[in-house]
Amino acid sequence: MAILSNADRDYLTQLFAERLVDPVKVRLYTQKLTQLSIPGYDCATCRETNELMEELASLSDKIELEILDFLQVRQQAAQEGITEIPAIVLEGKNKGKVRFIGVPAGYEFATLIEDLVDVSRGTTGLQPLSREILGKLARPVHIQVFVTPT
Amino acid sequence: MMAVESDKVTADVIEVSEFPHIAQRYRIYAVPKIVIDETLEFEGARPEAAFVAAVESVAGGPAESEEGASSSGDGRRT
Repeated sequence: MAILSNADRDYLTQLFAERLVDPVKVRLYTQKLTQLSIPGYDCATCRETNELMEELASLSDKIELEILDFLQVRQQAAQEGITEIPAIVLEGKNKGKVRFIGVPAGYEFATLIEDLVDVSRGTTGLQPLSREILGKLARPVHIQVFVTPT
Repeated sequence: MMAVESDKVTADVIEVSEFPHIAQRYRIYAVPKIVIDETLEFEGARPEAAFVAAVESVAGGPAESEEGASSSGDGRRT
């Protein structure tokens, strides 16, 4: 059963066709469905996220989805600073890191789509002054935005 | 968006209802809640200029004001 409705799929297919420029790598750290079920490592939302991201990636050639089993790539995940799953890392023309932790539901989904487009284009809707300030930041900064599905 | 523009920014969007220990650690009672570098936090959406100013106050802009942390819109007062 698909997660995205037909209307959503059509809308997103068109949006991606119009707005995506360069390919975007989407790295999904998750729990792949295996026969083994390890107690304590159950990721309740991974299945839904896996399905959602696969559906999303199918809507555009420019979305390159890489699905990684968190337990198998612990070192790589640690290097990227990923400690919780599901985790989505976007990679394209973004200069900094863009990550989504937890299933991108509700409002977060819209943010994910917007970020996919921005990462593909390398530009955002930020004001010139904002961009100037961001260009002059003296040191790395970690912004965490906590949300709940609405 | 800020992470797209600056190589110094790492931006995470975290859905906390799945991770109660994170909600507890950061005392998330209302969303959205924004935490910058584990030091500055605020709840609710902010206009772009205010958000960028908050980031700047934590990460430091070019050394032009002696006070450093004041985050006004133009930042040109000394």
